[in-house]
Amino acid sequence: MSILVIAEHDNAELKGATLNTVAAAKAIGGDIAVLIAGADCAAVAEAAAKVDGVSKVLLADNAAYAHQLAENTARLVADLGRDFSHILAPATTTGKNMLPRAAALLDVQPISDIITVESADTFKRPIYAGNVVATVQSNDTIKVISVRATAFDAVAAEGGSATIESMDSADDAGVSSFVGEELAKSDRPELTAARVVISGGRGMQNGDNFEMLNKLADKLGGAVGASRAAVDAGFVPNDMQVGQTGKIVAPDLYIAVGISGAIQHLAGMKDSKVIVAINKDGDAPIFSVADYGLVADLFEAVPELEAKL
Amino acid sequence: MKVLVAVKRVVDYNVKVRPKADGSDVDIANVKMSINPFCEIAVEEAVRLKEKGVVSEIVAVSMGPKSCQEQIRTALALGADRGILVETDAELQPLAVAKCLKAIVEKEEPQMVILGKQSIDGDNNQTGQMLGALTGMGQGTFASEVVVEGDAVRVTREVDGGLQTVELKLPAIVTTDLRLNEPRYASLPNIMKAKKKPLDITTPDTLGVDIAPRTKTLNVEPPAERQAGVKVADVAELVEKLKNEAKVI
Repeated sequence: MSILVIAEHDNAELKGATLNTVAAAKAIGGDIAVLIAGADCAAVAEAAAKVDGVSKVLLADNAAYAHQLAENTARLVADLGRDFSHILAPATTTGKNMLPRAAALLDVQPISDIITVESADTFKRPIYAGNVVATVQSNDTIKVISVRATAFDAVAAEGGSATIESMDSADDAGVSSFVGEELAKSDRPELTAARVVISGGRGMQNGDNFEMLNKLADKLGGAVGASRAAVDAGFVPNDMQVGQTGKIVAPDLYIAVGISGAIQHLAGMKDSKVIVAINKDGDAPIFSVADYGLVADLFEAVPELEAKL
Repeated sequence: MKVLVAVKRVVDYNVKVRPKADGSDVDIANVKMSINPFCEIAVEEAVRLKEKGVVSEIVAVSMGPKSCQEQIRTALALGADRGILVETDAELQPLAVAKCLKAIVEKEEPQMVILGKQSIDGDNNQTGQMLGALTGMGQGTFASEVVVEGDAVRVTREVDGGLQTVELKLPAIVTTDLRLNEPRYASLPNIMKAKKKPLDITTPDTLGVDIAPRTKTLNVEPPAERQAGVKVADVAELVEKLKNEAKVI
């Protein structure tokens, strides 16, 4: 078997989700190649070549792939993918945007967001917001799969010595163009990679009050997230949303502050190792998944917690 | 211009589904069914574009058993002009849905197709992207803003790092994220009017689409349950537990 892993990167850095996806590829077994599609991204290819378990890095360095527009990269992935038994990408917004498009070009029904590898053609994945786990078998010749990063322990970023092969493809489908982006800038760790995540919900009352959580996060070296309710209410931007349709996190410590615990939110955080809930409503569903529950007014408990750490 | 909107019939988001005892499938007998929330946002967006004078006709499409007519009627009550049901009792996987939609796109020639980014049952997040591949159209997935400008559409997308804006040549595909809009409630007069709007019925066979499933669900099971832990009395006890029992700080 031979597996093509589509790397998550921003042309400068190889992102952590790639290492979890390589781990899923190792669980399937076979030769692992990593595709870097981008522009001026040679440094990313060098980083990918060092990843444990990778035997080959394919580098498609061209302006057409600069922003990884799905219309262009899907064609590249479908072209290269014909020579592989599996194509894997992390289930990030970039992976989810591109991978089904590549699969349809190959006439394959992809399998989204797998959490375990049962065999080379059988995988488990959550459905119904994680209320049910389905075991799914693919009958397609090429398996196209997106991988839930938090479900696989990352492989080592160092230790490998793969060869780098440059591709001269430059496939601009000519139907889409990049206009701009507004990316959140933060000195804190990325939400999906942080060891500690502190999330606020509707109980935070407004965006300014999230400053309390920021302080607590800084003390713990953690990241700050939010429930859908807090994002919908305009307290914080969308990239902070944890849940079924937001980010999936599984840190060592998850602290839910003023979050009631709708099933759609639990779907995004219930695989965390230790869950703490702080909520003044003792009957909130969040307490049914929390290892440690504190029924208290968050506006008193959070500053006190920060002071005691 | 004409817009095609895809709507899916799913288990209502308030229902907590369970696997059947034999693990063959989820038990959805006698549960409340609704229009998928992301599809409802797609309909609303099309209606708003029509109210702005950008869109002249909205066609709502659904696929599945006869009962999917209910969800098409919901879309018609929200402001769609006519409906198409691709009727089948067979299992429909996203690739098959995308192929049926492609056949309808070829017939209807819409300038835009708006779909939900995912359905809350399968959580696949695939159909819009696959329709993009099959039609060659550009795709603006996970949209939080849609602006039509001449023969192009600008779509602001919710991505992991924040927001990204892309421009797509029309015709194009848009898939909706949660914050694109807040769908209206259908008024009673509009629900009555919707009953008289045209609804055509076709089948995958008539469209010439092979819908044979490509994947097989071997088993469904409940996820590993988390046990509820303990309630602590105060912050001091919480800190003590996190330090000495959980050892995470």
